[in-house]
Amino acid sequence: MSEIIETTSGSAPEIDNEGLARIDARGIHYRRLNELVREVVRRGARRIEIVNVNGQRYIAVGLQEKVRVDIHGVPGNDLAAFCDGAEVVVHNNAQDAVGNTLNSGRVIVHGDAGDVIGYGMRGGEIFVRGDVGYRVGIHMKEEPRRKPLLVVGGTAADFLGEYQAGGRLVVLGLTDSARRGTVVGDYCGTGMHGGALYLRGQVDPSHIATKFVALSEANEATLADLKPILKQFCELFDYDLDRILDERFWVVQPFSHKPFAGGYAANP
Amino acid sequence: MLFRSKYNERDRGACGLFGWMSRKGRRQNGEGVIEAIANMHERGNGLGGGFAAYGIYPEWRDHYCFHVMYGNEEAKDRTEDLLGQRFEVAHQEEIPHQPHPAITNEPLLWRYFLNSRSLAEGVDTQEYVVSAVMDINAGIHEACVFSSGKNMGAFKAVGYPEDVGKFFMLDQYEAYIWTAHARFPTNSQAWWGGAHPFCLLDFSVVHNGEISSYGINRRYLETFGYKCTLFTDTEVMVYLFDLLVRKHRLPLEVACDVLAAPFWKDIDAEVDEEQKALRTALRQVYASAMVNGPFAIILGFGNGMLGLNDRIKLRPMVAAENGDELYISSEEAAIHVLCAEPERVWMPKAGQPVVGYLEDGA
Repeated sequence: MSEIIETTSGSAPEIDNEGLARIDARGIHYRRLNELVREVVRRGARRIEIVNVNGQRYIAVGLQEKVRVDIHGVPGNDLAAFCDGAEVVVHNNAQDAVGNTLNSGRVIVHGDAGDVIGYGMRGGEIFVRGDVGYRVGIHMKEEPRRKPLLVVGGTAADFLGEYQAGGRLVVLGLTDSARRGTVVGDYCGTGMHGGALYLRGQVDPSHIATKFVALSEANEATLADLKPILKQFCELFDYDLDRILDERFWVVQPFSHKPFAGGYAANP
Repeated sequence: MLFRSKYNERDRGACGLFGWMSRKGRRQNGEGVIEAIANMHERGNGLGGGFAAYGIYPEWRDHYCFHVMYGNEEAKDRTEDLLGQRFEVAHQEEIPHQPHPAITNEPLLWRYFLNSRSLAEGVDTQEYVVSAVMDINAGIHEACVFSSGKNMGAFKAVGYPEDVGKFFMLDQYEAYIWTAHARFPTNSQAWWGGAHPFCLLDFSVVHNGEISSYGINRRYLETFGYKCTLFTDTEVMVYLFDLLVRKHRLPLEVACDVLAAPFWKDIDAEVDEEQKALRTALRQVYASAMVNGPFAIILGFGNGMLGLNDRIKLRPMVAAENGDELYISSEEAAIHVLCAEPERVWMPKAGQPVVGYLEDGA
């Protein structure tokens, strides 16, 4: 049986006076790549620029230090999984499971991202400029001190916010795919029992799981709450706030914090 | 059984798929596709790798080519007797391969170019070929026909696809469609014949997922004479395409509506009455051909390639186009191995096929 393609390349990179380390990921297996990232962080790097990334998984997994990691190329699945403080910036598309169980910190994707983004995230922020795939923001949760935030500039496919238990999900419909259809796919908010979901633009009410959630138009107070988030989005991706506000926003909120309570035997 | 012996190693992962085609029929060798599927190494666990290649036997383009694996000489003798009785065997040879440290338990690997023009008049040639494949796979112990199309072939083994590709020296073949698979077996044992692709005539299927409806699909297919002998759920997928597209003459896209059938609530909401009637009829007539469970597949056929997801997209699939090239992959990064900047990259929607056809005259 073949061993995983290990490469010996990628010796520990230099850290310059500004605390920047550059890593060339070409041909490097993800294990080695993450070793290099941790190593430069240990040696004091504050910014890490990784170039020629192509499909390496788990980049920046579990990083607790407040460093910034810039990724050039398409990172593999589970980017920034379990991250706890780092800022990870992707300058291309990202694949599936970005920010899996994110704890704190921020992930910024300048392209599209795949399925299952922000799965079970319990803190931190994810900003995606483009579209995202299926099952985004499912099982998001929050604590009194920590509220996760996931903002999608384009559209989201089916099962957005499924079983969402907390935090905020925002979908802005600013890409071409929103002009071709609705901003969110089917089964949105199924089993949702906490947090809130905000949608901008055209929504098909039959796509919203109204057995679990209420769909209503955002009022002035809600929009005022959203404004700081939208400002942040505009700064990151160079959008005009007025253009974003020039369209209707919808709010999806759960009816109950225990939608499945009736499905279990009563607790004595 | 030598080549059906169990491989017990288990590791976490998920299957990987990759497909490339040139709509203009421009051929390239297998090196690039090997590199692309290897980029998703983590998706497999070394218990199966394989490739389908179209356009590789231009000098035998009118002949059916059987790729066959044997566990022993007796199986080979019996199979060759059967082939000799039913066909004119124009040429036969060992499938070229080279020793590879990671590829073990190799069966005997042979290919046969069968002249279909010698058959009696009035014989449905394709049906005749399918019967021969079924009779060998079900009737001859330790023999497995693993591809049976024209000007195409499958290459597969227990191992990682990059090792399987080197074992079969796929840099020596030029194809206008390549599909590739990295296997992570979940519900069935690993053996050479259980590696993907699964093929019948010109159809080949590589699959990521589990077919929960395998039992229903299998019993349905058996009523049409298909014999499911390969110990793996994916087998039914290729026979379903053969049944729906070849025998029942459904357009490919309609066959996809049978396999990844729309939900009744979506049929009810359809405003186009003709579509509504068609989809209702398909669900009623082909209830037992619906494929339930998570899947992403790439189907190769003589003049094209198709990608399809289950109706709620429980397995990943990304597609890209660049010039006349179509790419379908489990992960976008694998596409960039062959094409740094595709003109278009997108995530196909659940249950909606992505199809590339060869251009006329290609």
